[in-house]
Amino acid sequence: MIGIKRCGAYVPFNRLTRKKIGEAYGKKTPPGERAVANYDEDSITMAVAAALDCTAGYDTKKLDGVYFASTTAPYDEKQCATVLSGALDTRKEIRTADFAGTLRAGSAAMLAAADAAAAGKEILVGIADCRLGAADGPNELNFGDGGAAFLMGDTDVIAEITATANISADFHDLWRDKESRFVRLWEDRFAIEEFYNKVMLKAGKTVMEKAGLQPSDFSKVVIYAHVARYQAAMAKKLGFAPEQVQDGNYVMVGNTGAACAPMMLVGALETAAPGDKILYLGYGEGCDAIVFTVTEAIEQPGARPNLTRRINNKKNTMNYEKYLRWRGLLNCEPARRPRTMRSSLPEYYRIPEKNLALYGCRCKKCGTPQFPPTRICVECNAVDETEPYRFYGRNAVIQTFTVDYLAESQDPPNVVAVVDFGGGGRMFTFLVDAELDQVKVGAPVEMTFRCLQTVDGIRTYFWKAVLKLQKED
Amino acid sequence: MAMGIRDKVAVIGMGCTKFGERFDCSMEDLMVEAVQECLADAGMEINDIDAFWFGTYSSGLAGDTLSNRLKIQYKPVTRVENKCCTGTDAFRNACYAVASGACNVAMAIGAEKLKDGGYSGLAIPNWENDRTNPDPSAPALFAPSATAYMAKYGLTEEQMRHTLSRIEYKNHANGALSPKAMFQKEVPFETILNAPYIAYPLTIYDCSGVADGCACAIVVRTEDAKKYRADPMYVKALQIAAGPAHSEKHQSYDFTTVVETQKAAAAAYAEAGITDPRKEISLAEVHDCFSITELMLYEDLGFSERGQGWKDAMDGVFDRDGELPVNISGGLKSFGHPIGATGIRMLYESWLQFHGRAGARQRDNMKLGMTHNMGGTPYSCVSAVSIVGTELG
Repeated sequence: MIGIKRCGAYVPFNRLTRKKIGEAYGKKTPPGERAVANYDEDSITMAVAAALDCTAGYDTKKLDGVYFASTTAPYDEKQCATVLSGALDTRKEIRTADFAGTLRAGSAAMLAAADAAAAGKEILVGIADCRLGAADGPNELNFGDGGAAFLMGDTDVIAEITATANISADFHDLWRDKESRFVRLWEDRFAIEEFYNKVMLKAGKTVMEKAGLQPSDFSKVVIYAHVARYQAAMAKKLGFAPEQVQDGNYVMVGNTGAACAPMMLVGALETAAPGDKILYLGYGEGCDAIVFTVTEAIEQPGARPNLTRRINNKKNTMNYEKYLRWRGLLNCEPARRPRTMRSSLPEYYRIPEKNLALYGCRCKKCGTPQFPPTRICVECNAVDETEPYRFYGRNAVIQTFTVDYLAESQDPPNVVAVVDFGGGGRMFTFLVDAELDQVKVGAPVEMTFRCLQTVDGIRTYFWKAVLKLQKED
Repeated sequence: MAMGIRDKVAVIGMGCTKFGERFDCSMEDLMVEAVQECLADAGMEINDIDAFWFGTYSSGLAGDTLSNRLKIQYKPVTRVENKCCTGTDAFRNACYAVASGACNVAMAIGAEKLKDGGYSGLAIPNWENDRTNPDPSAPALFAPSATAYMAKYGLTEEQMRHTLSRIEYKNHANGALSPKAMFQKEVPFETILNAPYIAYPLTIYDCSGVADGCACAIVVRTEDAKKYRADPMYVKALQIAAGPAHSEKHQSYDFTTVVETQKAAAAAYAEAGITDPRKEISLAEVHDCFSITELMLYEDLGFSERGQGWKDAMDGVFDRDGELPVNISGGLKSFGHPIGATGIRMLYESWLQFHGRAGARQRDNMKLGMTHNMGGTPYSCVSAVSIVGTELG
């Protein structure tokens, strides 16, 4: 049985209300808000966050491969999937690949992973996007940032792939060439009626035929569309009732690009029951159509995803100028401080597990965990008696903190916290994405993978703390 | 048991520039200003000095930074760097050199030119690293100690603000009476109390001044001191403790103390034969890089019981006319903090007080002076304590 074993999602904490964009240009805007990756987030960090959500409680050493999918990979040359696999603490002897260039990058990676699963492999697929629309345009309003992740395999699947159909055909309805940071659109009448409607309808009907199913057999249908109204129209054309259509979170998150349909699929699985059929229609220069059958395994502890909790964990008070700044669209006055130095790559990679997977060490003599890893135990001074010890995933609390209004920051003020881990060990770290009145001595935190700085094109990925996301909605 | 340095070395001359934003001065100007005062004070010429220990944090590298400017004629110059303990460590090395007999007359000099770089705050020299350590502002490295102090001893935010403001009010008032201080102005308590946060719970008034400056001292062996002057200043203790960052990594540390300071102070008191520092010490110049540092120091240096330092501060124990004046010069807060010069500048306050030259801030019966520096953070640093006195034994 080939399919999804686990899945997860990530929505950035910060949301920009569309009203604030409208105010900047003196225009009326659609309601709702869009998710905005923080200045230290990108497609890699959001894919990591979704993948960590997906693999909670799963031994990532069992993975045979890690695929990364995005239209906004931070690097054109240098693989992103290896950052993802590093953060997930996988084995090194695995396959990694980046899928890029299309809104179907996510489903392409999932289908490639499913093919590998048929050969007995377990593959993690991390999908995220952080696309830019030009200022005062429709894309700026409609886009949002986010990610999804799927663990594909051939045992204990929660959603079996029971049929697939694909259409691939060259088309320009939206595109972004090497010289542009912004997604461009052809006008809708041509793009929707001449292409989108035709391929989605054909792929949808073909896959239902292959599976021998009618629209009424499905509990949910995931339909990618650039905006909500085309999704509703396509559902109707395919013969689905409005209540069967999985919410695309267009209003409160925005269109998350390559992650948009995958995030909908996570949402559909959040409420699915064993035996449910889910139709997935991913779009981009064609269509990937997949029929999923939900299994009994969805009822196992930890199997059911929770996208809602991620959507509800938010702060929506940011202004439009902060969004522009975070995306590098404003020339801001630099602080009167020395230039930031790039990371020394020899130092960064000397102990790669330290930075990517958050490994410290633990003394075998006295048992003291410590970060960063060290040759001589800080507690009992035993020499070379330490073993690797991973801090990610452990309970942690704020021991003390400060709110730094002075340091240069793209999201001032910076919260700096001392984090003490359950079982021992301590880190001095930044704490991000928090309402200041929630930052208190003793508050539970968890670690989040972020990009600390980009200098000379070198992106320095490491961990910061966030207030622990409560499990209860 | 090592014999220590107690009573083996004496200071016979000192000099110190005005501290502050000395845009009118180069490194050469600062060095010449301090050294000329020092030589005149000792009745010496530069060629009478056998060797130099030159402390600077970031305003030059090797010994020629000094020799080029002072036209030193091929004498040994050692450049010393130990963060904020740089000046004190230059002094310590000069003392050890004359005590050993390797030379007869040595100069310790600390100089720093911080304001020529065009940066706000302190520009910390960087070296190649992986850049994954957080680099908050300097006050944000010390502010967590204030948060922790509140949590441990149950102070409200208002009580903490009052305590820290009281410390800085005192240091500003003292600085107003220091002609060489960077800030020579009293600041109303309410102004300090109501300043906005720059690193919660610290405000701009909780931070010391980034300054240019230079200070120096000439040392000889005690048996030679009276050849130069009747009233030398004797070295009683010189101790430095560098920590293993246990505090940074181990949860047993609670951020309300600086272990390195406890260790340096204990060693210095033992070396000087001091058992009750609050009673025996006449004046203490301590490293108030931030107000919370001074609060922790009251307890780490044994002036106050644990958790009581804030009450002693509020009761005026450490005021200019209090039981034990702390930072009677104005401290780093008002006098300014040119890193490499600070430790020797602190000794200069004892020098003035011992000789009745402290003007409006002069106290009677000054016999034993103490200085303290710390370089680094409360949880990983180098801490230095020196003790000097007017009498032998």
